[in-house]
Amino acid sequence: MSAVYESIGGAGAARESAATALAHAGIGAAAEAPAAPSRRARLAAKGVRLAPEGGRMRPIVMKVLPPLLGLALLVLAWQILAVRNAGFPTPLETWHEAVKLFADPFYRKGPNDQGIGWNVLVSLRRVALGFGLAALVGIPLGFVIGRFSFVYGMFSPLISLLKPVSPLAWLPIGLLVFKAADPAAIWAIFICSIWPMIVNTAVGVQRVPQDYLNVARVLNLSEWSVMTKILLPSVLPYMLTGVRLAIGTAWLVIVAAEMLTGGVGIGFWVWDEWNNLNVPHILVAIGVIGMVGLLLELALVSLAKACSYEEK
Amino acid sequence: MASKFIDINKVEMRFGEFQALSDINLTVEQGEFITLIGHSGCGKSTLLNLIAGLNRPSSGALVCNGREIAGPGPERAVVFQNHSLLPWLTCFENIYLAVDRVFGRTETRPQREERTWQALELVGLAAAGGKRPNEISGGMKQRVGIARALSMEPKVLLMDEPFGALDALTRAHLQDELMRIVAATGATVVMVTHDVDEAVLLSDRVVMLTNGPAATIGGIVKVRLERPRDRLALAQDPLYLDYRTSVLEFLYQRQGRPAQRFAA
Repeated sequence: MSAVYESIGGAGAARESAATALAHAGIGAAAEAPAAPSRRARLAAKGVRLAPEGGRMRPIVMKVLPPLLGLALLVLAWQILAVRNAGFPTPLETWHEAVKLFADPFYRKGPNDQGIGWNVLVSLRRVALGFGLAALVGIPLGFVIGRFSFVYGMFSPLISLLKPVSPLAWLPIGLLVFKAADPAAIWAIFICSIWPMIVNTAVGVQRVPQDYLNVARVLNLSEWSVMTKILLPSVLPYMLTGVRLAIGTAWLVIVAAEMLTGGVGIGFWVWDEWNNLNVPHILVAIGVIGMVGLLLELALVSLAKACSYEEK
Repeated sequence: MASKFIDINKVEMRFGEFQALSDINLTVEQGEFITLIGHSGCGKSTLLNLIAGLNRPSSGALVCNGREIAGPGPERAVVFQNHSLLPWLTCFENIYLAVDRVFGRTETRPQREERTWQALELVGLAAAGGKRPNEISGGMKQRVGIARALSMEPKVLLMDEPFGALDALTRAHLQDELMRIVAATGATVVMVTHDVDEAVLLSDRVVMLTNGPAATIGGIVKVRLERPRDRLALAQDPLYLDYRTSVLEFLYQRQGRPAQRFAA
């Protein structure tokens, strides 16, 4: 699905660069041979009805304009909402608050009053730990489940049963076992991000084309060679999709988990500001959470692109 | 010994309830070029997979070079229908993987690399060694597949409709190249095809399978045409046309089309 979008985007970019290249070529030719009539003039002389000029600018405009309009619509709706509701800050007020917040994102005034930068970093650290542990367990487990149908039979019902459970439901178990808020939050991240990694890796292993495995059999490759030369490269795109889904979910869950566990972290910060009735800060936090999520997604998409191969 | 290089004896193949092959008896001499021809779904690829060792027969025995075929191995190299090159490796690396496996213990790395380049040169693709399969054409991919199979210096070359997915011009070109390579290496070849001209042009014997289920060998045409063979000269050759007609007769009169048979 995303590949389709990317290919459309890619074609658009190619068209654009071709258009600019053409424009440059046109300028160059005109400078060198001013006497020769332009292509348009020649065509017009032949009585050809010409296409309207200026079409070459359109791709750029079409690319920039829709997102800007969308953003403007959001700000407008927000403004209307704010004007009609007392206590709801306008976009401008929120902007001023954001500027103040980001002027000093890394201050520390005690355990419950730290800059927004620290809060985001603490949340990211929790996600990294929980997610990293989940990858360490989930990816090898996915490989084994995908490769051996016996193990698949063992784990498949368990995964189907546990996967739909909200990770927050596991939080009390984490608190009970670890007797501390921080590991419990990491535990919730671990649980929520392990499922997509197990499932996608297993599916990837199961979908390794039989042709490639036949090649391995005819060449009589060792189990190690099969693993490194055939299974791993073939599964990598599936695995990275799992990683991407996992990190998306992890970032969703950490905010909710931190609201419950308290301490430091962007989720706790949102809840704290709600208790202070500081709504502009909550709105800023929503923007920051969205931004960080977007950056995580982009980083993983570009990683996946670097690691993928083209079929056939 | 040499007269019975591959010996297929009373081989039967069932997939569950479905009987694919029954009572297949065939011997192949060393250096012989055999094609298996028949309507699609008759089990020619199944028979090839049995010789490759990718499947085991339900009953009967297959012997290659005095040894029962117990599984796949590099001495019986396979050229797959869809080339089956690994897309994440370059053409060179795809072939090197095979060379490394067969000669890894006996030869040094430069020797193995030299072998890989030789295989690429044999199919005229030395320039494409650094390219990945998705960067070259279908015909080139198929040639890399053949080069990979030949690089292992197999005793038998097994080809499963190797040119089936190619256009007629590329196919003709690769057939000529294959004849040249086989003449140069003296390889024993078993090839599956559904192209009558290809079968008669390339083979020493055309083995014709009856329609499945329970397909068996319905007839063998021995092609006594001088080598090297030239496709243009053969197009007028009465002997060539005779062979061609007898294969066509078998396929369309004696066996009919499966669809028609089921409809009747």
